Order: sequence, then C-alpha cells, then structure tokens
Amino acid sequence: MKTLWLTQVAAIVRLEIGKTFFSRRGLWVYLLACMPMVIFGGHSIVWLKRGLPCDFGHDTNVFASIFQVLDMRLTLFFGCLGIFMNLFRGEMLDRSLHFYFLSPVRREVLLVGKYLAGLLAAVTIFTTSTVVQWGLMYAHFPKSVMESYLRDGNGWRHLTAYAGVTVLGCIGYGSVFLLAGALMKNPIVPAAAVLVWESINSFAPAVLQKFSVIYYLKSLCPIEAPPDVGPVFSMLLVNADPVAPAVAVPGMLLFTMLVLVVAAMRVRKMEIHYGTD
Amino acid sequence: MSEPHEIVFDNVSKFYGDVLGVNRVSLSIPPGITSLVGPNGSGKTTLMNLMTGLLRPTRGSIRVLGVAPDNPEELFRQLGYCTQFDSFPKGFTGYQFVYSFLRLYGSTHAEADQFAWRAIERVNLVEAAHRKIAGYSKGMRQRIKLAQATCHGPAVLVLDEPLNGLDPLVRAEVIALLRSLAEEGMHIIISSHILHEVDMISDQVILLSAGYVVAEGKIRGVRDEIQEQPMQILVRSNAPSALAAKVFEQDSVVEAKIHNDGRGLLIKTKDPDKFYRLLNRIALNGIAVESVIPADDDVNSLYEYLIGSEDKPR
Repeated sequence: MKTLWLTQVAAIVRLEIGKTFFSRRGLWVYLLACMPMVIFGGHSIVWLKRGLPCDFGHDTNVFASIFQVLDMRLTLFFGCLGIFMNLFRGEMLDRSLHFYFLSPVRREVLLVGKYLAGLLAAVTIFTTSTVVQWGLMYAHFPKSVMESYLRDGNGWRHLTAYAGVTVLGCIGYGSVFLLAGALMKNPIVPAAAVLVWESINSFAPAVLQKFSVIYYLKSLCPIEAPPDVGPVFSMLLVNADPVAPAVAVPGMLLFTMLVLVVAAMRVRKMEIHYGTD
Repeated sequence: MSEPHEIVFDNVSKFYGDVLGVNRVSLSIPPGITSLVGPNGSGKTTLMNLMTGLLRPTRGSIRVLGVAPDNPEELFRQLGYCTQFDSFPKGFTGYQFVYSFLRLYGSTHAEADQFAWRAIERVNLVEAAHRKIAGYSKGMRQRIKLAQATCHGPAVLVLDEPLNGLDPLVRAEVIALLRSLAEEGMHIIISSHILHEVDMISDQVILLSAGYVVAEGKIRGVRDEIQEQPMQILVRSNAPSALAAKVFEQDSVVEAKIHNDGRGLLIKTKDPDKFYRLLNRIALNGIAVESVIPADDDVNSLYEYLIGSEDKPR
C-alpha cells in the first residue's frame, strides 16, 4: 500500500509540472538550453560547407571545453536558477503559496514534491540539450564513422558521461537554488554569491571545495579540457584535485541531501507575508 | 490547559519586526460562529493566520482542537481556511482548483471528484466549474475559495471576510450555509467589516483594537459588562409621554426620549433589571406596553462603546 506522503508527493509533482515546464517566467530557460545547440549546429554546418576534414580529437576537445565552460557554468547554472529559484519564491510573488501551506502536507513533503517537479523539468530540458549538442557537434562526420565511434570507440561512454554530468548538475544546482529561493526574496544576490563561489572554488582549500557543485561535475567529465584555451578559461577549467566517479557521485548526492535538509528546515519555518491585514 | 474541543490562544503575541500584530491574546473559542471584529490593522487576519500556521507566534502557544498549527498534516484534516488573498494557482478552472487540492489530502481520483462536485454544488458554481478562475467575478472567486475550504468536511472553518464581493442573494445563501454548518457543531471563525451581518450570524464576538482583544463572548454578555454605558431599551407603547413620566420615578433611568414615529420611548438606564421590574408595574397599572427591545446589545454598539467610531466598519 502506498504511504500517504508518496501520494502527496505525486499530487504535488502533478500540480507543479505544468509550472516548471511551461511557466512564462521560465521561457528563457529554453533559450539557454538552445544556445549551445546553435553553436554546435553552426560548427557542423561550417565544417560541411567548407569541406574540412573530420577530426575526432579536435572536436572532442572543443566539445569538452565548451561543455565545461558554457553548459556547466552558464546554461545549467542559470537554467536551474530559473527553474528552482521560482519553486517557492515564484509562488510568493504570485501569492499562491498559502494554498499548499493550508493543506495537510508536511512542509518537508512539499519541498520534496516541488524539488522533484523542478528536477523532472530541468533534467528533461538540459539532458535533451546535452544529447542534441553532442549529436550536432559530430553531425558533419560520415554516418559510418559515427556508428563505429559509438560502437567501438568512446562514443557511448562520452555521451552517457556528459548526460550523467548534466543530470547531476541539475540535482546539485537544483538543491542550491531551491534553498536560495526559500531564503531570499531577491534572486540576484544568492545567484551572484553562488556564481562567485563556484568560480573561485578551484582555489579554495580542499575541504571547502567539496561544498561546491562544480567540483564534482568537473571530476566526472570524460575528457579533461585542453590547456590551450587561454588563461581565463584555464582558470575555470582547471581541476587540481579531481575525485574518482565512485566518490564524486555519492559526494554530489550527499551534498544535495545536506542542502535539501537545510532548505526543509527553512521551509518549515516559512511564514506567509503578502502584506495584508 | 488546552481544551481539545476549543480553539485556544494562550498568551499569544506576534510582532512583525518592531510592528505589533497582536499582543498577549488569550482566548478559548467554543463551537459556533465566532466573529472577529475590529478596524483595519487591529489584528484579525494575524489571529487567523496564527491559528492556521501561516504565521508563527513570537510568544505563546495555540491549539486548534488540541492540535498545534505547526502540525499541518493533522491540523488541515480538521480545518479549512478561506483567506482574504484573492489569488489562485495560474490556469486552473474552479473544478481543478478544488479537485487538485483534494488530491493533496490523499483522496483517490473518485473521492476527490465526488467531494469536489459536492463542494462546488454547495456554493452554486456547478455551471462555471469548468471555466478558468481568472475569468470569474469577485463573488465567484469567493465562492470557489469557500468550496475549497469546505470540500474535505473540516470541523473548523476560518473565513477572512467571506462575504466580500457577494451579491445580496448569494450573501444570504452563504450566511444560511454557515448557520447550518454551525448548527452541526462546526467551529466557524469569521472576520467581517459588515457589522449588521456579524450581528445576524454570530454566536459570539471577539472585538480587537490595535492588536489587543478588547472584549470577547456572547454579544449580550459583552454588552452587560460595559456598565459605564447605560443600556438602551426601546419600549413600544401608544402612550409614550405617560410612560416617560412614570419611568423617571427611578434613579437608574438617565434618559428617556420619545421615538421619532411617536409610538415608543427610547430609554437609557444604568440598571436594566430594575427597569424591567418597574416596567412590569407600569404595565399592570394600565399603560399598554406593546414590546420591549434592547436597542444597543448589537455589535455596532459594542464596537462604538469599546473601540470608538473612528475607522468604524459599515
């Protein structure tokens, strides 16, 4: 027999899913997800038009660099901000959060339901984006070469690793921005703070590095970005102390759990102030 | 000591930073219809939000039928709250709004469907149930909120200005609905600005001013306690002048005024019991008394005596 909280989580996900996928406030999330696709699509078109030779080594490095700079640090970061920050804050702005708070639902269950709805949207949008980007990057390669790369080379391993990193990024950034949205009314301040922290994280002491999403994501990328990308990008791409996937994945999940526990404590004490009486 | 059949506020205070919401409120609200009355900013909505856990008290504790408001999974099985907030989840029809929240209670599809239609029917919105709430009139939005607050059959119903925006016919229907729910033993807590309606429907009142409870209890009981204001009694008689001459025989009568229509006398007395005994003697001595009606044991008068006429509601 299904327990009540599972039924409630399912009901919350059903209520939230439309908002997380189709909110007018979140339209720019789709634009963000499409942005890298345009770059990779453009790359293949130019290669095809100019008849340039296909070079797996070159394209794999380019993809790794762009994925680590653009996808992980910009698209995933701001996309999750757009989706997860609005889960509580957006309802405060719409003055509709009280309907949830007036239901026989534990606030922790509400948080889990909202988080899962956000995660479903984020994972669908950004994992699709990652897979399409990867496909577009190699779209100018002959079909037989691609089949061989997928079958005999590292194709599938790379693709699933990038998709996995994207999923983990949604899980980690989702929890961070869910907490930020529950803590702050203005999203700019926490977003800037997290962005700065994620950027300077490589230079932080080893213990502090573990309290970062990017630390785990970088360790899980299948290809280390090439060093010849310039000093600014090098600073962003460097991973001085990478961890093994067997540590990175549970570490990321543990980090997410901790953030969600703090968010649940905050939501439990949350009050409704729409400014009446 | 928390009484499991009552709503109990024990020395509750709520501050918004430095701003006072309510202060040192101690109340025991029994079943029936209880109205919260007071000017804007007096703390009516704050009390309701505290009772339902939308706000946390700065000090003190609250129990609703023995349940603390920070225990939503138990509290909202027995409480429904129709707030003053005129906002809804985007894109919902009236039916979806009621149905979706019933699913949060753990109802199956069939149960939620059945309860939703029953609640919608009770507020006469069946025909508009599949229309988007965004297109509803203010009165319809009030009614769908009422349907949502009552759909799960709560024992306590909290209604913040529930009659706002309703036309007279629907207003009468809602009042009748509330009366019937109260007769079934439900706790109904209402805040309203319309004093004559409060008067019509309330079993007891809580008068609030600037965050403090000024008076509470049955309207008649509260009136009896305001001894510095003489009680006003309208005595209907075809000989008001003769009646006036007789009533001044008693010290406690401080004023007697012939009614505008010339068929009655408005008496102000500091001792109504003594006055009623005198009136019996007068009637026995041949002055016909058609009726005796207390003229100021209503919410309107209580409000004026205890809070004053500033910011007085309608």
